[in-house]
Amino acid sequence: MDLLNAFIALSNYVLIPGIAYGSQLALGALGVTLVYGILRFSNFAHGDTMAMGTMATILMTWLFQSMGLSLGVLPTALLALPFGIAFTMLLVLGTDKVVYKFYREQKAKPVILVIVSLGVTFIYNGITRFIIGADDQNFLDGQRFIMSARDFKEMTGLREGLAFKTTQGITIVTAIIVVALLFWFLNKTRAGKSMRAYSDNEDLALLSGINPERVVMITWMIVAALATIAGTLYGLDKSFKPFTYFQLLLPIFAAAIVGGLGSPVGAIAGGFVIAFSEVTITYAWKKVLGYVMPEGLQPDGLVQLMSTDYKFAVSFVILLIVLLIKPTGLFKGKSV
Amino acid sequence: MTQTVKNTILFAIIALMIIYTGFAQSWNSALLIIAMGLISSIMALGVNLQWGFAGLFNVGVMGFVALGGLAAVLVSMPPTEGAWSTGGFAILGALALGATTVVAAVMLMKRMAAGTLRTLSVIAVLVIGFFIFRALLDPAVQAVEAINPAQTGYLGGLGLPVLISWPVGGLFAAGAAWLIGKTALGLRSDYLAIATLGIAEIIIAVLKNEDWMSRGVKNVIGLPRPVPYEIDLQNNPAFVERAAGLGFDPVDASTLWVKLLYIALFAAVLIVLLWMSQRALHSPWGRMLRAIRDNEVAAEAMGKDVTARHLQVFILGSAICGIAGAMMTTMDSQLTPGTYQPLRFTFLIWVMVIVGGSGNNFGAILGGFLIWFLWVQVEPMGLWLMNLITAGMSEGSALKAHLIESAAHMRLLTMGIVLLLVLRFSPRGLIPER
Repeated sequence: MDLLNAFIALSNYVLIPGIAYGSQLALGALGVTLVYGILRFSNFAHGDTMAMGTMATILMTWLFQSMGLSLGVLPTALLALPFGIAFTMLLVLGTDKVVYKFYREQKAKPVILVIVSLGVTFIYNGITRFIIGADDQNFLDGQRFIMSARDFKEMTGLREGLAFKTTQGITIVTAIIVVALLFWFLNKTRAGKSMRAYSDNEDLALLSGINPERVVMITWMIVAALATIAGTLYGLDKSFKPFTYFQLLLPIFAAAIVGGLGSPVGAIAGGFVIAFSEVTITYAWKKVLGYVMPEGLQPDGLVQLMSTDYKFAVSFVILLIVLLIKPTGLFKGKSV
Repeated sequence: MTQTVKNTILFAIIALMIIYTGFAQSWNSALLIIAMGLISSIMALGVNLQWGFAGLFNVGVMGFVALGGLAAVLVSMPPTEGAWSTGGFAILGALALGATTVVAAVMLMKRMAAGTLRTLSVIAVLVIGFFIFRALLDPAVQAVEAINPAQTGYLGGLGLPVLISWPVGGLFAAGAAWLIGKTALGLRSDYLAIATLGIAEIIIAVLKNEDWMSRGVKNVIGLPRPVPYEIDLQNNPAFVERAAGLGFDPVDASTLWVKLLYIALFAAVLIVLLWMSQRALHSPWGRMLRAIRDNEVAAEAMGKDVTARHLQVFILGSAICGIAGAMMTTMDSQLTPGTYQPLRFTFLIWVMVIVGGSGNNFGAILGGFLIWFLWVQVEPMGLWLMNLITAGMSEGSALKAHLIESAAHMRLLTMGIVLLLVLRFSPRGLIPER
């Protein structure tokens, strides 16, 4: 029995990666949930919006790197992020004007908008692959670890190491700042309040003189920022590959639905629920159990409940369970 | 101009385009376009049944198609020697146990009164069941995968004629559709979309990773064929003589003849399915479905069971996709899970249905042929366009190389744009619903 080492191993392989991944999913799910609340459709193009934003950030990062600009220990991508956000805002506003606006004015059924967003997905995906290619791209620089496993072992004299990657630190800090800003905006500013009013009751909001086009515009801009930040953080932490971003749709939607579509708090909670279920179910528990279980009872196998290839299955099963038991999600979304 | 004349002209245009391909490129590729066009049309019929008749949004076509492919392997491949005795029955037993666990959990859920006790017992049943399931499954899987892994390493199939796998593929897809439909139908329309997207990814993940079932990414190759092999035809004096009589050399004649046989088989399936879909469309059942699609509330007020009808049509449409998937794997004679991409097997079929005309079976078939033709021809056209654009650039410039290399991604872009343009300017498609 060695609970301290067990806890360190657990933090190293489950808690810290889970929190970082959960933050990325939460930011993604916030974008989906906002589009759903205000524009009232499930935006399938969200994954590829993230990919486009990340691509813009990567291109700027490369430009800065070639100019010799850097943030020292932090990745240069943080410097490029505002430019990526600006590009994505222009992109989604342009898409809204050319594509979505027409259907909004026609008051088309939500499912039509979903199909349209699927079309947008593939155009975005095509452009992304056209510009940057379909392969993995690496754009991480700066210091790799805030604390490496070896330093930790030397510092504490424990057998287990605890690594804390710079990208994980940045992800968590950025996510907290972004979420705090978003909630301040939604609850305290006039524009944010008009957004919530519009989401709660469209007709009433229109009667009180809220300009719907302005609400839609602000929503798209926030969504673009969230998507770019989420995509860049994910790309820094793991790697950037256009197809992975399309596949991220499933955990992101699962997170948004588990939390309750249309509810920002729910999106965050859902992001962490999905992330932790994925990590805990696909993690091989041998090491942690080896420390916790008494001598002789330690497991022989890997104690991995499912292989990592099935991580999508985990989010999917959670999604199905929530749909079966509580279709409105944990935080009472607006959908039935 | 009546509708019939217009439709005939549309189909004639496609026929001309394919004939032109035959003269300009080769008859082999023209026949291949027809064969794949037939399969695509069948998939489009399935999606049209769901979307055009009932307004159900299924983005998991890929998964149902892949299940059909799996059926082709499981039915037609010869059983692997010794695999069943070493681990096959244990795997089946483990799977049965897994299913029993889930059923038991569902039963508990229904029988017991809501409360902490119920939650705890359901979780206990699931957890204990899962560990026993893994304890039974893992050694059996290892034993099976250890048998000559370079060639087999899987259970193999039943060694039955491959044609049987077509209806079986439909059954597999119907089973998956039932599972999804039971949970996601009756909720918001978007939920079905997300659930189908998920099941498709999971089916592909299972096919890629469960080596004992279909060798995973190692692929199953050399599936038995329902038609003769080219090499046998070339060694058959009677065939060579007949080919020479028509002025073909034996190699060309044999490849063309095999393709023609496939086309005949596929066309037969398409005609049967089309006839059934047309009958369904003009039956009281079809009218009921369209009534539900156009006004769910009113249909429900008339006493129609909306969720049950949706489930029915969702299962039927998915089954058709499964049949098409089995046919496609039969023609390829191989199952390669790595090649299933949502773009090719889900999105493309949607473009076919919407461009052809949702709600019209002939539209789906027209769309199937037209979009498949474009899909095949866009890449050479994109390359040609890129060569034209970059003609003025200096040889060896990085931009030129990049542009030419990227021509392969033109397909995504083109199909996305085609879909958006049709949805915007001609939402009823080329052959609108009547």
